[in-house]
Amino acid sequence: MLTPQKTLDTYYLEARRDLLEVAAMLDRYDQAVKRDSEKAEDESKRFSLLQAMQILSKPDHPQADRAEKLLKHFAKIS
Amino acid sequence: MQIIQPHYHAIARTAQDYERMAMSGVVAVCEPAFWAGFDRRHPETFIDYFAQIAEFEPTRAAEFGIRHFCWVAVNPKEAENRELTQEVLRQMPEFLQKPTCLGVGETGLHKSTPNEIESLQAHVEMAMKHDQLVLIHTPHLSDKAHGTKTVLEVLAGMDVNPDKIWIDHVEEQTIESVLDAGYWAGMTLYPVTKCSPRRSVDILEKYPRERLLVNSSADWGPSDPFTLQESIVEFRRRGHSLQDAVEVYHNNPCRFLGQNPKWDIKPITISEE
Repeated sequence: MLTPQKTLDTYYLEARRDLLEVAAMLDRYDQAVKRDSEKAEDESKRFSLLQAMQILSKPDHPQADRAEKLLKHFAKIS
Repeated sequence: MQIIQPHYHAIARTAQDYERMAMSGVVAVCEPAFWAGFDRRHPETFIDYFAQIAEFEPTRAAEFGIRHFCWVAVNPKEAENRELTQEVLRQMPEFLQKPTCLGVGETGLHKSTPNEIESLQAHVEMAMKHDQLVLIHTPHLSDKAHGTKTVLEVLAGMDVNPDKIWIDHVEEQTIESVLDAGYWAGMTLYPVTKCSPRRSVDILEKYPRERLLVNSSADWGPSDPFTLQESIVEFRRRGHSLQDAVEVYHNNPCRFLGQNPKWDIKPITISEE
């Protein structure tokens, strides 16, 4: 099992990369909206991602169950 | 599709990579001199390394029908050793004459120290004096924005031809300043620590493409030569034409590198899709 510090040191860069990919995906959507002068007909996936980040941004998750919470959250999107 | 891999550290990769790259359409790779993972202590070690990439590696690539070109420099991480840097610089002109050597690189900055800056200036001066192309490395991760700004400030204080300078490893926060200053900008696609294939296509869609290069810079660390092909697939998946892909992934390298007459691969036009 990894120590708290080792956990951060081991996975920080991969998590940074993954967050950048999410940021780039949201930018990509905004650029498409700008290009086409209209939003997606159904924006529920975008809102779902933004809500997921709100869940992640809560500082305390005593049960360490963020992944489970996100899976339940994403299950609302078909 | 014919592809140029403009930044690739072949000595750190296997023959199998060459074979797979050849099967995927790569027709040429360019190998800048770089850090070996440890600080070399002797100028002679660099000289042997330059001979390896200028003389031996082209023969290994040729086994798979791939052209191999190189660049020579002391990389920024080893520029702290001023004595070594000066001695290697003294011997570099001999290698600039080699038939597959395209210029001076990769020089640049790592931690943007005074010694690194002095080395960068000396490399750029040598390149301009010998009418060579220059490939400039910019720092990683949290040092990138500051290091890129410093590179641009150093170049702004020198008599350089921006057409002949490629500033590499740009990302979203640095590309605009590099292009605005008139230089070529390279995106390096790494699995974790640099740009990604998808983000590279976002950048290709956002900025004028005439001075953009895409590369994998695959080396001995966590890297992958096929991030370049991932970028191409992503570019095509978004509906860009084959000719547009050829312009970015083959013709742009030809246009930049072709400023050196040793580079004899010409831009191509697809007659029909």
